[in-house]
Amino acid sequence: MKIPIAFVMAGLAATSMAYGSAANLIADYRNTGAGPFSPDAGGSAWTQEHQSSSGAGTRSCASCHGTDIGKAGRHAKTGKPIEPMALSANPARLTDAKKVEKWFRRNCRWTLGRECTPQEKGDFIQFITSQ
Amino acid sequence: MKKTISIIALGILSIASIGVVMSSSEWSEREDDHQDGVFRDAWLESRADVRPAENPAYQSECGGCHFAYQPGLLPGKDWARIMDTLVEHYGDDASFDESQAAEIRGYLLDNAADRAKLSRARAFSAGSDAGDGLPRITNTRYFKREHYEIPARIVRGNAEVGSFSNCQACHRSAGAGIYNEHQVVIPGFGKWDD
Repeated sequence: MKIPIAFVMAGLAATSMAYGSAANLIADYRNTGAGPFSPDAGGSAWTQEHQSSSGAGTRSCASCHGTDIGKAGRHAKTGKPIEPMALSANPARLTDAKKVEKWFRRNCRWTLGRECTPQEKGDFIQFITSQ
Repeated sequence: MKKTISIIALGILSIASIGVVMSSSEWSEREDDHQDGVFRDAWLESRADVRPAENPAYQSECGGCHFAYQPGLLPGKDWARIMDTLVEHYGDDASFDESQAAEIRGYLLDNAADRAKLSRARAFSAGSDAGDGLPRITNTRYFKREHYEIPARIVRGNAEVGSFSNCQACHRSAGAGIYNEHQVVIPGFGKWDD
């Protein structure tokens, strides 16, 4: 009987950590003076097209992750499959703050040609969490 | 007595012939799959002909955006050049933090084609003909020799493949380092077995 309880506890801990990471990131961004954050703003920024740094065409978050983030995406250039972004479809998303920041840095530079602001990142997190 | 001896002789002969059949099929299998000294283990375990990319930093940092090409697919000098030019990585900025870059560089160089044990990886150590751009696996002599018969329309002109760089689109077990032609399935065209 002890073992199942331990599993349940571990499960609860993992779940609260998952939400903890997203909430911690939001708190970090708020501390920089950004906010309030909105899933709608994140959603419209998601499909906003930006001129590609290499000059060929435009890029948006949806270029690789798709417009329906409950579904798998595909890297626009390399064709590599990408797991869904929506928390409802992929609960592992937003559970590792370091990983989230790494990919924000990489993907904002790839897509927008610069790093995202705390405001933009907060909006994206709200959008991903709401889907 | 004579009968017993001939039955025993027949038995020995048939066992011997089974042995010959087995070892010859083993040999053709071996030729086919570019296995070498580690053939027996590889055949039993994975049949990999290029050592799989198992370094976690390499998998997450490089494999995050594209297929994690095994280190055995390029000679060390080419990997060094790629690691030196991550800011301009085939048109994109793929730079990442210093400590991870050092670990990944070490992993790639230690397992590069010119250091590899499996024979298909060794074939890649022949390198490429002189080119002015960044090194490309698809530009190596060995890669070209193995793919020259494949028409561009079923790769570049095929939305499900798109590029010769997309190994696993057709080599379904590429992630496990298995590239033999018997498991090649080209999306929309089927098996390719020449």
